[in-house]
Order: sequence, then structure tokens, then C-alpha cells
Amino acid sequence: MGYVGKSVKRVEDPRFIQGRGKYVANLQLPGMAYAAIKRSPYAHAEIISINTEKAQNLEGVVAVFTGRDLMEGTRLSGPCGTLPCGFVPPNTKVPTHHPLAVEKVNHVGDGVAVVVAESAYIAYDALDMIEVDYKPLPTVVDAKAATKEGASLVYADIPNNTSFFWTLGDKEATKKALAEADHVVELDLINQRLIPNAIEPRAAVAQWDKFTGEMTLWTTSQNPHIIRLLLSGFTLGVPENKLRVVSPDVGGGFGSKMFHYPEEVIVPWLARAVDRPVKWVASRSESYVTDAQGRDHVTNCKLALKSDGTFTGLWVSTWANMGAYLSTFAPLIPTALYITLFSGLYKIPAIWGETWGVITNTVPVDAYRGAGRPEASYQLERLVDLAARELNMDVVEIRRKNLIPENEFPYQTPVAMIYDSGNYQKLFDKVEELAGYQEMRKEQAKARQEGRLVGIGVSGCIEASAPGPSPVVTSLGSAIGLYESGIVRVHPTGQVSVFTGSHAHGQGHETTFAQVVADELGLPMEAIQIVHGDTDRIPFGTGTYGSRSAAIGASALVRCAEKIREKVTRIAAHQLEADFEDMVYDKDNGIIYVKGSPDKSKTFAEIAFTSYYAANLPAGMEPGMEATTYYDPSNFTFPNSAHIVQVEIDKHTGAVTIQRYIAVDDVGKTINPMIVDGQIVGGIVQGVGQALWEHGVYDANGQLLSGSLMNYALPRADHFPKMEIGRTETPSPHNPLGVKGAGEMGTIAATVTVANAVMDALEPLGIRHIDMPLTAEKIWQAIQSSQNGGAN
Amino acid sequence: MNVPVSITVNGVQHRRDVEPRLLLVHFLRDMLGLTGTNIGCDTSQCGACTVHLDGMSVKSCTVLAVQADGSSVTTIEGLAQNGKLHPMQHAFWENHGLQCGYCTPGMIMAAVKLVENNPNISEEEIRHGLEGNLCRCTGYENIVKSVKAGAGG
Amino acid sequence: MYPPKFEYYRANSVSEALALLTQHSGAKVLAGGHSLIPAMNIRLANPGVLIDIGRIDELKGIATANGSVRIGSITTHATIAASSVVPQALSEAAGMIGDPQVRNRGTIGGNISHADPGSDLPTVLTALNAKIQITGAAGNRTLAASDFFIDLLLTALQEGEIVTAIEVPAPGAGQGSAYAKLANPASRYAMVGAAVAVTIVDGTCTAAGVAVGGLTPCAKNAPSVEAALIGKALNADMLAAAAEAAQNDLGDDFLEDLYAGVEYRKSMAKVFVNRALSAAVQRAQRH
Repeated sequence: MGYVGKSVKRVEDPRFIQGRGKYVANLQLPGMAYAAIKRSPYAHAEIISINTEKAQNLEGVVAVFTGRDLMEGTRLSGPCGTLPCGFVPPNTKVPTHHPLAVEKVNHVGDGVAVVVAESAYIAYDALDMIEVDYKPLPTVVDAKAATKEGASLVYADIPNNTSFFWTLGDKEATKKALAEADHVVELDLINQRLIPNAIEPRAAVAQWDKFTGEMTLWTTSQNPHIIRLLLSGFTLGVPENKLRVVSPDVGGGFGSKMFHYPEEVIVPWLARAVDRPVKWVASRSESYVTDAQGRDHVTNCKLALKSDGTFTGLWVSTWANMGAYLSTFAPLIPTALYITLFSGLYKIPAIWGETWGVITNTVPVDAYRGAGRPEASYQLERLVDLAARELNMDVVEIRRKNLIPENEFPYQTPVAMIYDSGNYQKLFDKVEELAGYQEMRKEQAKARQEGRLVGIGVSGCIEASAPGPSPVVTSLGSAIGLYESGIVRVHPTGQVSVFTGSHAHGQGHETTFAQVVADELGLPMEAIQIVHGDTDRIPFGTGTYGSRSAAIGASALVRCAEKIREKVTRIAAHQLEADFEDMVYDKDNGIIYVKGSPDKSKTFAEIAFTSYYAANLPAGMEPGMEATTYYDPSNFTFPNSAHIVQVEIDKHTGAVTIQRYIAVDDVGKTINPMIVDGQIVGGIVQGVGQALWEHGVYDANGQLLSGSLMNYALPRADHFPKMEIGRTETPSPHNPLGVKGAGEMGTIAATVTVANAVMDALEPLGIRHIDMPLTAEKIWQAIQSSQNGGAN
Repeated sequence: MNVPVSITVNGVQHRRDVEPRLLLVHFLRDMLGLTGTNIGCDTSQCGACTVHLDGMSVKSCTVLAVQADGSSVTTIEGLAQNGKLHPMQHAFWENHGLQCGYCTPGMIMAAVKLVENNPNISEEEIRHGLEGNLCRCTGYENIVKSVKAGAGG
Repeated sequence: MYPPKFEYYRANSVSEALALLTQHSGAKVLAGGHSLIPAMNIRLANPGVLIDIGRIDELKGIATANGSVRIGSITTHATIAASSVVPQALSEAAGMIGDPQVRNRGTIGGNISHADPGSDLPTVLTALNAKIQITGAAGNRTLAASDFFIDLLLTALQEGEIVTAIEVPAPGAGQGSAYAKLANPASRYAMVGAAVAVTIVDGTCTAAGVAVGGLTPCAKNAPSVEAALIGKALNADMLAAAAEAAQNDLGDDFLEDLYAGVEYRKSMAKVFVNRALSAAVQRAQRH
């Protein structure tokens, strides 16, 4: 049929363009009540008392509960457990996380009470009437400062606020490399806190059947089964076989909707407690103090080089802010998804990475688009640029010099990862060609003569996607293996339903997965229905994040299709009285025929029906036509990229204009180029957001100063030129589709490419480094300082 | 103290008694069950709630239902006529102008008004004209392409 | 996203509005609602009573007479942005407010009565020496813009008064005006806004109105800049020097936010005055 590799129009679009998306907030159930959560205005405080009487007496209020009520349970609704961390490296200290705080609150936004009312309007009226008496406690906000002696503790039993310390690499070899280097480039940097801002705020609706004991939870999650497992095993106590979790259409995730959130416990608990369906929808301001946030590393890093620019060692020390609680995957992000990527695209013989995971009185931090890999790329590519500058080499030249050569794959890095395949020289060839790099530098030289601040930024990045082989991820601390499930179910009339554990919240799986299965079975796409997001309908799935769905989820379907094709062929052989080995499965037309006798054939639909009719099946074969696969990948995949950006800085205001953005990404084979490009461009824009505008800012008291879209600037349409997107393709050898995953590469590369471009523009002024976001003000201040002879 | 309002939505007149504080977006979503119009923020920034009020694009989260009394509202559900998609809806589909779809109704409604009487709208005008609509998924490029295509010029 | 409760009354005429305001002391006036409703949505504003003046015809429209342009107070930003009869600084500034959807609802009267320091129109009206026409139970009065805008979110409007119209000079030969804005990348409110109106006769500036806003609690006239312009022959260097003089007029009470601190804003005030000045001069020379 030849769908894979084509830009097939998306089959899910009709409902979205007509306003019929099935988002959780749209759900209306008879008798439904509305919940609103009272949240702490303090970053750290003891809860002395909570007076809910006025709120309870407000007309239209159904009930008001506190953290203690949830912890102890009521007559109708049993006690809640505490939210677990799902990725716990050895010796990690895990703070206790109640769904609603009981004794003290640990970040602004920490919930303390919940109102259920007949309408959301009344629920919010009641919130204002709840009186909470707090005793404020000292706060810590900065990750590095929180580990110092004398810093106030968030939890008495977590000394130095240090939840974990994780290392990887060869400490002695790296020390030696630094000591013996011809040249060392050192950088102290901050990879600033980001707020994900998926346009759909989180929401949850729960419905409880007290007679059957069945609970249904609709939640805006990227991984409903994981939520079901955690609810059942830890937080809510409803048996897994009586708990249905549905994540229908979800309006963007970027990681922020992976985690098990307090509201996913509170809302079903309420449905039991008031014996009515209950809905909760976050407001945007509320999401700013509850959704897990991203990045927030304080890092010191050193790159050792020979005088000819060859890298000899890399040392990175990172204080990673975890926030006040360990969110579901939080410790993974600054450790196994971070240090393992320190080699980048380069041969670096000695690497040492050490990370302190630090608890502070801020909103919890967890995976956000790129999750550890943007942080790894940012510091490495900044160091490489600085090295080029200090050694007077072109920034592309120094990178090319150190790229892992094509003939050295598979390549074992010093930080555990084995890169499977790649052609990094070709990446750079292509991006230089697309950009006209030499010409760009000539134009830049002219512009500089005119006194204009034009900068060209370059980056070469790699990431590990598609987590991951279960033995590996569990040994690193994951509480669950990271395979993916799939069922291909052929119906008697030949239509196909596909049940996948992957979840689409913008990635277009209903189209791309149908492309894959249609090609594998030889059917038109219209015959394939992709079902996802409902734990009652799909086998145990691990969900969508880490750019894993094509590599793992779709691969599971390929394996299912193989099993289906085999069964179809066996039945056809039997019914055509031929040998199995003599049969040909024509994947272009969905026909199975005897080699050499094309008239002796059966159609897919005929076999589908006959497998259920079951009158004449091979001896010992069960009726039916269905295959299940749990696909456990054998390795991560390694998308990689080379990007070039040209910016100009307005000398008077410091404002940055992006003049050109050229990206070449290797994401392996592409199922749907249009969708892949959409992911790359969307990812790039998010990455630029970090470079230039976005910053989750806390003051010393833990107040989130950037508390809304009024002072947290998201990228807008008028910030960007048309992107120039190119591609190279080295298939991953680790899955049958050869795909690597396209969801995060754009973000990982864009942040540092733009940062490098801005710093390149400022190079003539002798400015060495500015921490992101590179706002107009910061750039202007750096320009003023340099002109006044200030140190930088 | 409820106020009676009469609002024509997608060609159908609706009479209801509403609290004065009821936002137009909640009137549409909760009272009329027209959930196509989405809520993405609470500071009147994101534009996901954009509808047409008396022929102009407005943010329905920043209009009270009582302010729309006697007025005519078109929501995303009212764009397609007689089962035929509006050219702008087609354009978004053809040009991959959406990923998660959440900003899409507001984006399409804003786009329809942006290109009205301006079939040859430039890319720059589109990028500026969509200042009031945020998207986190697409990076805007295909949205701009879609709007240009939907302008028909 | 759920405003607190309030009582609501719709006025069909100005006299009805005034009567309702007298009857309900402390009531707030609702026009386009694009300052008030966002504040109510996050429960920062909690007016017990709203008087809706959004349909009063006599408060709408733009009319030119006797060298003045009279703009009804509930005229929307979109209407003003599209107008070719108002001074260009005004249509330009109106076109920079928010976004198209906001401009379709927000009104000039609502905007200036709210007097958010980050808004654009107070700065422009101050530079244009606009007249703010006010009515209340005690009768009508007219204030110069610089007397109308008093402090952060504070105008000279008394309890029970509403703005009915804003009067600005109709641009004539040799006159040009412009508005330049350094917008906060998140809210797009003005971190710095500069408005300039100049009259040029035979290459010499005979009149100038300059105002700066965004960085101060309310829009301020810039008399030092005006003095540096009036009576002078204009060229690029002296324009830049005149813009520098703005630093003398800013006072010492400054606003700042996450995207622009005080030092930056003070410097940008000069940059943006220069930009508005250059544009205004160019327009005056073409007119």
C-alpha cells in the first residue's frame, strides 16, 4: 500500500477542526459536582488550623474536606495513600507527599483543602471562605544554596536538602585529563526553570459505582495505565481490575502530563466521599503552581582539550532542583537521562558527571520536553563554542574535528550509552550546505564592519530516546519496565482495530500507526482503527513521552502484524491445500496466494471471516484473528541533529531577531514526513522559548513571581521566520521500523543553537557568557558593561 | 439575581436566565453544551476561547453572557454550513495546522476574521494578526501556512 | 476563571448610567470589560455592582469638528486603530493594544479610566494634550489629560462620574505624531511607551508634545524634551539629543518587572522617545 514514508493527511483532524475534541473538561455526567482546591500562598508553613465551617454552609456547597480527611478516610471513602516516586535510585530520600497537605505545606500551590459544589462558580466562592491559619517557616529556593551548611531544611530527615547523589563515568581519568590538558574551558551556568504551559490545563473527572466497586477516572494523562497502577497500588486503593482510567483527547503534554498528580487521587476519592461524579479543571494560574516544572540546574562544567582542539575530558557537577516533592519520574531527569548523554556527538575519552538532587520549597520539577538531554546539550555545546573562541577555531571546524567517525558505530561512550548508528559528518555537511554557511560568515563579516550585531550559532546534538529496555531502566531505578503493548484485532468482516499503549496528545498516532499497520497487513488505511487511552480497552501500556511511541509502540504493532500475517498465511495455505512455505503474502494488495499460481489466492477479508467461521482451520489452530505483543526494545534510539541559526541584536534595546533557522535532524526513518516536520518545528520553537524568554522565577520566599502568562512569555507567531528543515536518515537498527523518535530533538538543539548565536553576535564586544533567558534587558546590560570596560 | 438573556448562537436563539457573572465561554460550554470553544488560561491571553460576536472575533472568557444579550455568536461548531467544512477548516487540515487540537478552534475563528476582506494577506500580517492566539505544539509555521491557504487569495 | 458575584444593571443612556451610579455607591462601570473582567477572573477585583454602559449610542463614534476630533468614550480600540481622522499616534497606539480580539472589545474610556501604567493611551493623550470630557451627577467638566492621570491606577474621576468623550486636535498641515512602545514579551503591555506630536513650519519645530509612560506610575509629560525641540531646526542629531533630555522628566518613582528593571527602562525611555520623535517628524514633513 505504501503509506509509510508519505505525508498522509491526519485522520484525527476532523473532530478537532470542528470543535468536537473529547477533552476531559468537556465531560458532562448526570449529577456531576465540581471541585476546587484551596492552595497554600506560602512556600513553607505549618498548618495550624483549617476552618471550613463558613464554606460548608454556603448554599450549593456539597462538602469540604482537608488533607487530614483524605489521610484518615471517611465513612464513605477510605484513606488515601501518599504519592510515590516511580524512579528511585539507590539511597534516595523520598519526601512524603500527601495528596492534600496534612501538617505542613512545602511549596506555593500545595493543596490543603478541597471544596465540592454544585457549580465551579460556587466552589470558588467557597474557597474564599475557607480560613487557614499558617505559621510560615524559613524557605530555600536555590538548588546549590540549599545544600550548604546552615541552609534551612525543607524536611528534618533530609540533611542538606539532598535527596540523592548520582554519578557516572570515570572520576580519576577525568581529573587526570583536566590536569594534563593543554587547555581547559570552564563554565558556571544556570539552566533555568521552565513552566510547560500545554494549552489545555489539567483536568480530572471521576465516577464511582458503589455497588460494583468500579471507579472510572478521566484524566489528562500521557500514560493512563501508569496512573491506574499507582492509584491502585499506592494512593487510592481501588483494585486494578475495578479501576478504569481514560485519557481521551489531551491538549498537549510535553511531559507535564505524565506524572501522578494529587488531583488524580483527590477527585476519585471525592467521587466516593460524596457519591456523585466529580469534575476538577485547573485554571492556568493554578497550573503554574501545580504542574511539574522543567530544568532548573545549577552547573559547573569543564572541557579539557589539546591545543589543536581535540577533546580529552569533560567534568560536570550539577545541583538539580527537584522542588518540594519528588515527582513521579523526577530523579531520572538529571541522572540517567542526562549524564549518559554527556559525550554528545563527540569522542571524549574521559567523562565524569555528578548530580545532587536537591529539595527546595518550590513546585516539583520533572520531565519537560527533552528531559535531561537539553541540559546535557546546552552545557556541552556552550563549552565547545567557548573552546572554539579561546582556541581561535571556527565553531563548525572544532565540532567536525571531534565527531565520532561513521565507521566507529556501534560506539560505546564513557557514560554507559552505546550509540547504535549515525553519520554525523553528513549531518554537518547537509546543514552547512542548506545554510550556505560560508556565505553566512562572509555576510556576517560585512555586517560587523557596519557595526551590526549579527550572530551565527551552531550546534550538534544527540539524545537518547525511546526509553527503554526494561532490564536497563529498572536497574537504573525505574519502578516499571518500559516496553509498549499492542493488540491488532481483526474482525470477522476484515476491519481492524488496533489497541496501543501509546497515547497521542498531538503526535498523530491515529494516522501514523494506521499507516504502519495498513502497510504491514496490505489494507487501506480506512480499514484500520487506532484505539488508545482507555485502560479498559487497551493492554497494559506505558504511555507516550521520551519520543518513544513510534520506536516502541508502533514496533509492537509491527510484531502483531507479523503474527497476524503468519496466521492468515497458515489458514490460506490450509484452505488452498498448499504448503505454508509456498505461500506469498502480497502486502501491497492484502492477498495471499500460492507462489507461481496467483489464481490460487485468498483475500485478507476472506481469511478474516473464515478464521471466525472456524469451519476449516488447520488442525490444532484456535479460531479468531488477533495478536498481542509487548515489545521491549533492545536499546534506546539516538536521534541527532545539526542546527545553524542567524540572529541580529538591536544594539539600542538588546532585542534579538531570529533571521534564519536551519535545522537538519536525523530521526531515523520517517513514517509521515509532514508530522515529523511538525514535531521538529514545534520542538524548535519551544527550545527557542527557553533561550530567549521563558523563566519560572521564584523570590527568596518561594513566591512564584512569573505566576501567569502576564509575566511568563511564551513564543508567539511573530517571533519566527520560516524554518528551513532538512533531514538525514540513518535508520535505527533497534526496531523494525528504523525510527528514532522526533518529538524532542528540535527542543534539545534549538535552545543552545540560539544561545550560541546570541553569544556569537556579542563576541566582538568580548562578552563570554550570559545565562538564559537571553532577554533584551540582559543583552543590553552585557553590552553596556562591555562598553564600560566591565568584567564579564 | 439572575438576568434574562437572549443570545443567538450558530443561528439558533437561546433564552436563559443567567447570573451576571457568567462568562460567555461558560454560557456556551456549560449551558448550551457547545464544548468546542476551549479555555486555556485565565488572563485573557491564549485565545483558545475565541468566537465571533456580532461578526467580530472576541475572547469569550472576557465577555459576560449578559453583554451578549441580543447579540449573535458563532462558535467553531457553527462554521461548517450544511455539512460542508469552512475553507479555513479545510486549510488547517490540508496543511497540518494542528497537533493536539486544543488551540485550534480559537485559532480558526481568529483566522477567519483575520483574512476576511484580505485574501492576499501576507505571512507577516498573519503572524502579527495571531498575536492573541497561543499554540504550544506546532511552532506556528503550519498554522501560518494554513491561514494563508484559507485566505484563498 | 470564575468571577465573584455582583449585581448588574444596564444603562441605556448617560443619564440612566449616572442615576444608577448615584443609587449604587461604589459601583464600577463596565464598557468593553477588558480591564475589569480579567481582574475579576482571577478575583483581584470584586465589584459588588456593575453598571454596563456598553450600549449607550451617545458614547460611541468619532467625529471631527472645528479642528478637533471627538472620540466617544466607548469607542473600541479597533475602531480608533482604523481611523484616518485621529492623530496617527493615537491610531498607532490603539493598534498596538493587546491583540485583534482585545481591540474589538476594549474601549478608550475604559482603558484610560483604569489607568494601568502599562497601557498606551494615557501616554498618547498626554502628549496630544487631549481633553477628557467627564460627566457626573454634579454636571459636566473637562480635564486636560495631564490633570486626569494622577497616579498608579488612579485618575481624577470622582465617585459617580464617567468619561463621556476624549477630544484631541485634528492633525493639520505640518503636524505629525507617533507612538513607540517597548512591549513586555509576555503581557505586551508597555514597559516603556513614548508618544510625540510635533508641528513643523519651514523646518522648524513650532510646537511639541512629548510624553512617556510604562515605566512610571502614570504617564508623564516630558517638558525637557519639548523645550529642546521648540524653536529649533530639526535634524537627526538634535532629535537624539532632545530625546536624551527625557531623563530629566521621569521623576524618581519607577516600575519594573521580570523583563525590564529600572535602569533598563530609564535608558529605553530615551531610545523610544527618539524613535517616536523621528517617526513624528517624518510624518510632519510629509503632511
